[in-house]
Amino acid sequence: MTATRPLTDETTSPVTPRRGSGSRILWITTPLILIAFLGLWKLYTVVSGVGELILPPPEKVGIALVQLLGDASVWQATYVTLYETVVGFALAAVVGIALGIVLGRARTLERILSPFLVATQVVPKVAIVPLLLLWFGFGLASKIFMAAIIAFFVMMQNTILGIRSIDQGHRDLMRVIRAPWWKRVISLDIPSSLPYVLTGVELGIVFAITGAIVGEYLGGDQGLGAMATVMLSALRTDQLFAVVIIMTLLGFLLYAIVAGVRRYAIPWHESSGRATAL
Amino acid sequence: MSATDIPSGTAADTAAARDTGGAAISVQGVAKTYASGAGPVQALLPTDLEVKPGEFIVLLGPSGCGKTTLLRMLAGLHAPTEGTITIGDRPLFTSGDTEPKRDALGSLGFVFQQANLMPWRKVWANIALPLEVLRVPKHERRKRAADMAQMVGLGDFLGHYPKQLSGGMQQRVAIARALIHDPSILLMDEPFGALDAMTRDQMNVQLQDLWLETAKTIVLVTHSISEAVFLADRIVLLSQRPGRIQDVIEVDFPRPRPLSVANEPRFGEIVGSLRGALGGHA
Ligand SMILES: Nc1ncnc2c1ncn2[C@@H]1O[C@H](COP(=O)(O)OP(=O)(O)OP(=O)(O)O)[C@@H](O)[C@H]1O
Ligand SMILES: [Mg+2]
Repeated sequence: MTATRPLTDETTSPVTPRRGSGSRILWITTPLILIAFLGLWKLYTVVSGVGELILPPPEKVGIALVQLLGDASVWQATYVTLYETVVGFALAAVVGIALGIVLGRARTLERILSPFLVATQVVPKVAIVPLLLLWFGFGLASKIFMAAIIAFFVMMQNTILGIRSIDQGHRDLMRVIRAPWWKRVISLDIPSSLPYVLTGVELGIVFAITGAIVGEYLGGDQGLGAMATVMLSALRTDQLFAVVIIMTLLGFLLYAIVAGVRRYAIPWHESSGRATAL
Repeated sequence: MSATDIPSGTAADTAAARDTGGAAISVQGVAKTYASGAGPVQALLPTDLEVKPGEFIVLLGPSGCGKTTLLRMLAGLHAPTEGTITIGDRPLFTSGDTEPKRDALGSLGFVFQQANLMPWRKVWANIALPLEVLRVPKHERRKRAADMAQMVGLGDFLGHYPKQLSGGMQQRVAIARALIHDPSILLMDEPFGALDAMTRDQMNVQLQDLWLETAKTIVLVTHSISEAVFLADRIVLLSQRPGRIQDVIEVDFPRPRPLSVANEPRFGEIVGSLRGALGGHA
């Protein structure tokens, strides 16, 4: 056995590669399903004779989308929504993960605080938007807080779970090899809880964009949410659809980035699906 | 690493060297009672045991008699409820201690009853973990991990993740990890329990070779009577729960013992008497 041999997987794995062919099939099925969906949509608008105000045909939405994308105001609005989402998400991630680490270690504290933490989640968060507007004004701050509040809990909860799930056998192992505390944090606590934390982060980014858009719907004149309300009052349903598509694409993009980080950070984990790809 | 690598003189020399000096591990009046939700569980009654430097001790006893408990106390993972444990000349637990004195532990290898591999580390990185704590440079860690993997028959699996290995292979990775930093004391909790009979025999021979070469002090837990007789200098027989030392049996077949030692009538006698003493529990 030579030490210089590259320690990657050139040997065949005893486990069949998972999802390898499964993800390739998506490149065919996804466009097919999309085309079928658009076809049905078109068919429905023709057959039912529904008014364009209620359901515009797909090509009208397409045209509206292209027009919108040529207009600087949409990009401005997208930027605003992206900004609110990312800042709100970052805020929620820092506070949520930090609090999750603390509560994950201190069981008694978590038990004492848990009714209150649950209570904050039971409150319909949309209902506090007026309060946020009152406190933080109609500018970006209120939307950032909305995004943060909605995204916070799930990240905290998953972090708690991650810390709790550190295996006792692994802890014993670290003691037996006399690992100092920082080595334990780096080599056990972090990698062990990372899959949970990243699951929280994945959900968190989706929640954050929802929070930001809901905040925009309900107050202020900036961002994609506000733009959607303007189009609604102008009865431009085709443009409204186009804005929703842009929101969706934005959400997709953010999710894809986080999911990519996850896949890169924990290639060994079941959820990453490509155990041998590193 | 194989039996033929050892010049016949060396084994005898190290064996002679072993008999000098004090105990490697000294257990005095050690008892353990677990506090559990359903009331206290007495796992081990007051127990005395002296392990000589370089000695190969096997703990044998029925399931639940406190073998793991005793071994974990020797590693400082559990505190005894009473009694003292001394490693070399350093106290690990003195009466009433709840935390071990860590510096007594020195270099220790522990093979857990479960493999306890880290799923995010590839095989080689799992094996090399103890070397990271000792700040061995990475290229050397890789090299030593590769050698060790070779020894346990997993030279081709260095880049695999643990979940891609069978249970027995995982256990062999765990053994390699326990040996990588060449510890002077090796504690093994049913290390070969997950292996098939042939691999098990092979691992037994390898372990004996390693022990003869390196003069480690080994305490090994097993359920297998013949494994105990093959490997041990002394077999410590524990009784059913609550555990206590029922008997200590000296096994004096010359080393290195070939697998065929099992065919000797004396071997069969010892196995038979142990089986009788265990009352069919093991
Ligand atoms: N953490 C614990 N809390 C409470 N009771 C425990 C704990 N660990 C072990 N015990 C009890 O102590 C007794 C001895 O357990 P131990 O694991 O030492 O047995 P063992 O001899 O290693 O058994 P086996 O051969 O099955 O591994 C058992 O009856 C068990 O129920
Ligand atoms: Mg046990």
